[in-house]
Amino acid sequence: MKRGATSIVGAAESAIGIVPDRSALELMGDAALAALDDAGLSTKDVDGLFAQTPYLWHPSISLGEHLGISPRFTGSTNMGGASFVGFVQHAASAIEAGLCEVALIAYGSNQRSDGGRLVTGSEHLSFEAPYGFLYPATAYALMAQRHMAQYGTTPEQLAEVAVAARRWAQLNPKAMERGPLSVADVLASRMISSPLHKLDCCLVTDGGGAVVMTSTARAKDLEKPAVRVLGAATAHEHRQIHQMPDLTVTPAALSGARAYEMAGLRASDMDMVQIYDSFTINVILSLEDLGFCKKGEGGAFVTGQRIAPGGALPVNTSGGGLSYCHPGMLGIFLLIEAVRQLRGDAGERQVKSAQTALVHGVGGVHSAHCTAILGVAA
Amino acid sequence: MQPLPDVRGSARPYWSAALRGELQLPFCDSCRRAIFYPRDFCPLCGARSVTWRRCSGRGTVYSFSVVHTHPNPAFKQRAPYVVGLVTLEEGARLMTEIVDCPRDAVRVGMAVTVDFRRLSEEVALPVFKPA
Repeated sequence: MKRGATSIVGAAESAIGIVPDRSALELMGDAALAALDDAGLSTKDVDGLFAQTPYLWHPSISLGEHLGISPRFTGSTNMGGASFVGFVQHAASAIEAGLCEVALIAYGSNQRSDGGRLVTGSEHLSFEAPYGFLYPATAYALMAQRHMAQYGTTPEQLAEVAVAARRWAQLNPKAMERGPLSVADVLASRMISSPLHKLDCCLVTDGGGAVVMTSTARAKDLEKPAVRVLGAATAHEHRQIHQMPDLTVTPAALSGARAYEMAGLRASDMDMVQIYDSFTINVILSLEDLGFCKKGEGGAFVTGQRIAPGGALPVNTSGGGLSYCHPGMLGIFLLIEAVRQLRGDAGERQVKSAQTALVHGVGGVHSAHCTAILGVAA
Repeated sequence: MQPLPDVRGSARPYWSAALRGELQLPFCDSCRRAIFYPRDFCPLCGARSVTWRRCSGRGTVYSFSVVHTHPNPAFKQRAPYVVGLVTLEEGARLMTEIVDCPRDAVRVGMAVTVDFRRLSEEVALPVFKPA
């Protein structure tokens, strides 16, 4: 993969939030068509198709049938919520290799209207399921507890992450939760799996999202500014939480380092960060592993609303999974927000003169990690 | 319903030993490390032969969480309970439940020892209590 050789040229959500009358496939299709409209391209231009959703057995194949697309390159690799950032790496590689020219990456889920449960298939984890481990919250709770014991991180610091997300959401008209929120409110919410309260956990919503990629050469013929893929990388080591070697260090350290190397950039070069925030602890762990602060200092880093609007580092400027939307998998929405910001289309929440963004997807229980570095400068 | 493990395959000796009140694990014949979950090869060094041995049953709490809610009624009616990760003296780490200890007394680093909870004719589940 070559730095900047491919670009994201379209990005859009479907209707999000509570959408009771659309199936997962329909939401995925709605988002795909909206992203193609945004790019100024049609389904007939698409020859690379990437999709993932727990609702479909063959996601990219079903999406192809639904939209009338017959791709020459296809992929439905299940990297959990990290899939879509991972597909940026897959699509960039395929486009550069000449295996496809226009790639569509899409997600859809009606998790909220379907009863709120996380659809995870029939996989049975023999060494975890018998213990009443609440999937996936307890895994993240175990990480948080270990981080607290090892580094003195506090429940108040976790809550700071949720409050910052809410403050960004208050600037995003599409965000689902926009009411006032304080650290005390988070700590007063119901305990789910200690030390994580209800408001340390992401929303459960419906929604679809999609992005369109092509070569940066072809992107020059399109109307909207291209958002270049400067680096993209993946890492995974464990699938189950008891197999994670150190609960305070995630494979973001690996995928992040690889993506920075490809981009020739460092954490200090990033104008904003979009991190998968299914739980507040994710943001603290990922900021450390992606080099924005030292290991163990993530709690202090987010204290005093330093990642909120007006803070030192803009993080999850849409309001993230905690306050904007989270239909089971979030990765695609992190990409959409980064594209909007880098095009200067983010309205009230626009990060001024943003040239670079780091997008970090997490799948499973901090299992799959995919990092993309995007930019509008060469 | 309480979920049960699949006792077939390379983990069969683990579950058979648990029924006898023993914690057993495969150890790599090459690098000598304990392997969990049980496999008949070593994922740590790549060697292809292992030997099953009895573990001491002693370990320390690596992390824990008090679970307050669960969609499965079997767990919901028992909540709150303590799910833990325990690092065995032999080095392997497993998920477990911390039992026989007030929930607010569980600590990271606490010494624990194995016990077994009978779930069915085929299954006794390793749990851990304060040492």
